[in-house]
Amino acid sequence: MSEALKFHFEVDGKDFTSAGHASVMVKKNLRQLGLPPEKIRQVSIAMYEGEINMVIHAGGGVADVSVTQDYVEIVLKDNGPGIKDIEQAMQEGFSTATENIRSLGFGAGMGLPNMKRYSDFMEIDSTVGVGTTITMRVNI
Amino acid sequence: MTVNDLLLNENFSAITLPEGDRDISDVYIGDLLSWVMGRAKADDAWITIMSNVNILAVASLADTACIILAEGVTVDEEIMTTAAQKGINILTTELSIFEAAVAINDML
Ligand SMILES: Nc1ncnc2c1ncn2[C@@H]1O[C@H](COP(=O)(O)OP(=O)(O)OP(=O)(O)O)[C@@H](O)[C@H]1O
Ligand SMILES: [Mg+2]
Repeated sequence: MSEALKFHFEVDGKDFTSAGHASVMVKKNLRQLGLPPEKIRQVSIAMYEGEINMVIHAGGGVADVSVTQDYVEIVLKDNGPGIKDIEQAMQEGFSTATENIRSLGFGAGMGLPNMKRYSDFMEIDSTVGVGTTITMRVNI
Repeated sequence: MTVNDLLLNENFSAITLPEGDRDISDVYIGDLLSWVMGRAKADDAWITIMSNVNILAVASLADTACIILAEGVTVDEEIMTTAAQKGINILTTELSIFEAAVAINDML
C-alpha cells in the first residue's frame, strides 16, 4: 500500500443497540487486509471504547480510520460537551456515566485508560461546549 | 478444549453456536464492559450475568471464545439472531459464576 486506505463512519448517538458497529466494521476490514490478530485486537479495543464514549457522552460523532504501511490511525470527532479535566478523565475509575448507562455495564471509568493502553499514540483535543477529537495510532 | 468440548458437560448449553470449534484457553469473569474489554484475553471464555446487546460487540472485538451466561441468565431472540450472524458463541448455565469457572477449569 503506498496510499493510505481510508474508512469513514457516522456514529449514531441515539442508538445504543448498534453502538460499536463502526469498530466491528473496521475489524472486519483489517482482517481482510491480513493484519496480525494482536494488532487488529488493539485497534478494535481502542476504537470501540472511543466509539462508545461518543455515543454515551457526546451524542454521537464521526470516525475516520486510515491504514498506512506503518500504522492504523483512528480519529474520533464529536460536537459533544467536551471534557473539562482531561487528566482526571484519563484516571482509571473516573466516570460521569448516569445510573441508567451503568446498568448496561458501562461507566467503570476504564474506557479512556484502555484506549491509552492499547494504542501506541493517543492525543485528546477537547474544548468544553465545542467538542472532542481523539486521535489514536496503533503501529503495525 | 473447544467450545464444543465444553458443551459435553451437561451443565452448559448452547444458545448460539456458530463457531463451536473455537479454542478456549482461559477464563475471564466480569460484568463491567470496559474491564472485560481491557483485561480479557483473546480465546478466553467470558463468564457474565450481563445480557444486553452490548455484550456482543465486546465479545467480538475482544475476540473471546464464547460468552457464558451464568445463574440461568438468557438473552432475547433479537440478540440470538445477531450473535449467530456475528459468529459469537453464547452458552448458558444454571451454575453460579464461581461454579462455572471451576467446572471449566477442571476441563482445561
Ligand atoms: N467523547 C467524550 N465527550 C465528552 N466526555 C467524554 C468523552 N469521552 C469521555 N468523556 C468523559 O470522560 C470520562 C471517562 O471516560 P471513560 O471512557 O474512561 O469512562 P466511562 O465512559 O465513564 O466508563 P467506561 O468506559 O468504563 O464504560 C467519562 O465519564 C466522561 O465524563
Ligand atoms: Mg467509556
